[in-house]
Amino acid sequence: MSVNILMPALSPTMEEGTLSKWLVKEGDTVTSGDLIAEIETDKATMEVESIDDGTIGKILVREGQEAVKVNEPIAILLLDGENLSDIKSIKKVPAIESVQEIEKIESKEKLYFSSNKTSKIDLDTNINIENFKKNETRIFASPLAKRIAKQRDIDLSLINGSGPNGRILKTDIENFNNNKNLLKNKITTNNSNSELIKNSSMRKTIAERLVQSKNEAPHFYLSLDCNIDQLLKIRTMINLKSNDKYKISVNDMIIKAASSSLIKVPKANASWENENTRYFNNTDISVAVAIDGGLITPIIKDVQSKGLLEISEDMKLLANKAKDGKLLPEEYVGGSFSISNLGMYGIKEFSAVINPPQGAILAVGSGEKRPIVINDQLSIASIMTVTLSCDHRVVDGAVGAQFLSVFKDFIENPSLMLL
Amino acid sequence: MSNSDYDIIIIGGGPGGYVAAIRASQLGMSVALIEDKHLGGICLNWGCIPTKALLRASEIKHMLDNVDEFGFSVSNIKMDIDKITKRSRKVASQLSAGISHLLKKNKVKVFEGFAHLDKGSSDLKTVKIKTKDKDIIMTSKNVIIATGARSRNLPFVTSDGKNIWDYKSAMTPDKLPKSMIIIGSGAIGMEFASFYNDLGVMVTVVEALPSILPNEDEDISKIVETNFVKRGINIRTNTTLKSVETFDKNVSAEIICDGKIQTITSEKLILAIGIIANTENLGLEKFNVKIDKGHIITNEWLETDEKGIFAIGDVTEGPWLAHKASHEGVLCVEKIAGHKNLNPIDKSSIPGCTYCRPQVASIGLTEKKANLQKLNIKVGKFPFVGNGKAIALGDSEGLIKTIFNDDTGELIGAHMVGPEVTELIQGFSIAKKLETTEHELMHTVFPHPTLSEGMHESVLDAYNQAIHY
Repeated sequence: MSVNILMPALSPTMEEGTLSKWLVKEGDTVTSGDLIAEIETDKATMEVESIDDGTIGKILVREGQEAVKVNEPIAILLLDGENLSDIKSIKKVPAIESVQEIEKIESKEKLYFSSNKTSKIDLDTNINIENFKKNETRIFASPLAKRIAKQRDIDLSLINGSGPNGRILKTDIENFNNNKNLLKNKITTNNSNSELIKNSSMRKTIAERLVQSKNEAPHFYLSLDCNIDQLLKIRTMINLKSNDKYKISVNDMIIKAASSSLIKVPKANASWENENTRYFNNTDISVAVAIDGGLITPIIKDVQSKGLLEISEDMKLLANKAKDGKLLPEEYVGGSFSISNLGMYGIKEFSAVINPPQGAILAVGSGEKRPIVINDQLSIASIMTVTLSCDHRVVDGAVGAQFLSVFKDFIENPSLMLL
Repeated sequence: MSNSDYDIIIIGGGPGGYVAAIRASQLGMSVALIEDKHLGGICLNWGCIPTKALLRASEIKHMLDNVDEFGFSVSNIKMDIDKITKRSRKVASQLSAGISHLLKKNKVKVFEGFAHLDKGSSDLKTVKIKTKDKDIIMTSKNVIIATGARSRNLPFVTSDGKNIWDYKSAMTPDKLPKSMIIIGSGAIGMEFASFYNDLGVMVTVVEALPSILPNEDEDISKIVETNFVKRGINIRTNTTLKSVETFDKNVSAEIICDGKIQTITSEKLILAIGIIANTENLGLEKFNVKIDKGHIITNEWLETDEKGIFAIGDVTEGPWLAHKASHEGVLCVEKIAGHKNLNPIDKSSIPGCTYCRPQVASIGLTEKKANLQKLNIKVGKFPFVGNGKAIALGDSEGLIKTIFNDDTGELIGAHMVGPEVTELIQGFSIAKKLETTEHELMHTVFPHPTLSEGMHESVLDAYNQAIHY
């Protein structure tokens, strides 16, 4: 009996995703565990494995198709001894039409990742292959254009074809590739003063979550100046001993100080869940990383139990994975508190939008020499301004202020972090 | 806005001009076509078509000479060169009359005479036509120059129609000469060499470059050269013409090869050393029309630097082929009509054919040019000796060579020599136009037994999968 390969849920909250790339084609033999497709979710690209042995009989979702619902069949796997005519003879290929349907099957089969046996679903309720075909917008492209696009990993749906009826030709791919940096995702340019860029699913997710945050979480902001002379001195000392084996950054130390502060002020380590407020025991710190086309917040987990070296190594690894688009969902979904640092751009101070459902985010400005007054004397010190954005539903003014003053204490007396 | 007499005026009624005129009329434009000599141009009257009629005759002669192999014997074969020539002329005039009919059917106004351009009021161009009895003046916003080209002479030798022939004299001999020298081994030279050799004339071909058919792939040129030499054609490559002296009954030519001067003598000498564009006396100098190396320069939509003046065909840059002219005519007119989604002509996808025996046909890059572009290539070769149909026809000399871009599978060149390859090449033209890769070609079912199977095998050979070789 043939098996439907379903759109997997890569995280418990995922509702739909983009099928960014097929790694197999119709007729390919696969064994359980083989990678068959790449799915682009909110923030990362994930690979999908086959859970059965067999032959890919029919691909139902074209490469690049967006908003493929979780549990929608994406391909049909033929098991041993079957061929495509077996599917045709069934005529109506079982598929899932409604959410209820999905839930029904899920409860039956505990579907999470891959497939369901067609035999177990009522054959009459569903959509046939033809319907799937209708839903696709067929892309016309020359064989050569298709091949070059595949070699260069270019999504044909982003390209305007110059051939008859918009057929995509080699030259369209070449022009697209030449201008890749400028024209990525370009749709049309009827207006010479502007151009339309298609939003990636990452861009859409960022937009959705930021709007949600600003609409739902009542933000308030607290700012404080921290003297980082001591911190810089210690950092220099630590790095001097490294023999080039490591290089601790100010940011690594800020992550550590934030974690230590959250441990001391656990009320700031919380998230709003409507009926309840969740207080975290661990400090899982999300750190905003700018990547091509957006930003992502990989999580350094259990920072409270990690030293600076481990934090630094984690940060480097996650930042690289983020830039390559290789973060796994568990590496960026969750977290209890966020840090956004724009100090490297010379930003003096700014306020950040909370990363929901977290309760607070710390916005870090650049460290710079400023005149300060100590004992009525004017002197110079390296000062860094930090701004805490709090979700007032979970973090009250006093809690936020308490957190910041503890944070300032750690930053100005880094040795306290050893305690 | 001033009113114009016509939407488009086309100067020149060859395969560029008359095709452009018909297309323009189809698109609802009012069209005037001006032709000085003969509708259909050189191609139809003094080029492609009448030479094919002549070559058909020489092919039959060759067949008659070899019927023994097929179980026949004929004797007392008589040849009437006058009849051969007359048939060729009849074919040409039949087609020229056909063009006249087509233009009439499409409501194209045809004027006989020589056109001269002038600036008109605002954006109009004025065209003055000198006809036999009067001058006609007309205006249009759009003028297409399709005046073609004529054969080139050398500074020291000009065809005189007596012993020094251009293509016209070569197509209408009074009697068959005993010997001839052909200067130039491009398509025209090789077709005359093949024709006259098959009719029994002693032919010497003089070519300045290292190989005959110098634009073709070297493997192909070599096969043609071997065949010609075997037939008794004297091939003198790397040889330049120094001077020509005409006498009453013959010509003698001084040629230089390896620095050595040699004198060769024959009854006739044919100049087939290329063409020059007909750009003179048209009044182009009054406009912003650029001419480089004798040919009019246009953009990819065939428009010159002067808005509203277009140029197509042999009067522009090469390749100088009738089918290129026709295509340009259609594209140019559709552009004027404001059609969207047009693509400029891809010059790497224009096939070229030479109808000598064995025939030569090619499209795209030669192996040498592909290597010069530092392309990563895969080359497939299939000789007709491995093709059942070719052997059955008794015509198995030849080769089909295909060149693919190894990185992308793009067919970048196809070169063929052998039976009916001029009819086969369109398969590769379509493949190139549709941008097929080796994959589609390998999985196309070619009918058996046909010569076209050799095309399939050549593709397979490029990927080491040839079955019959």
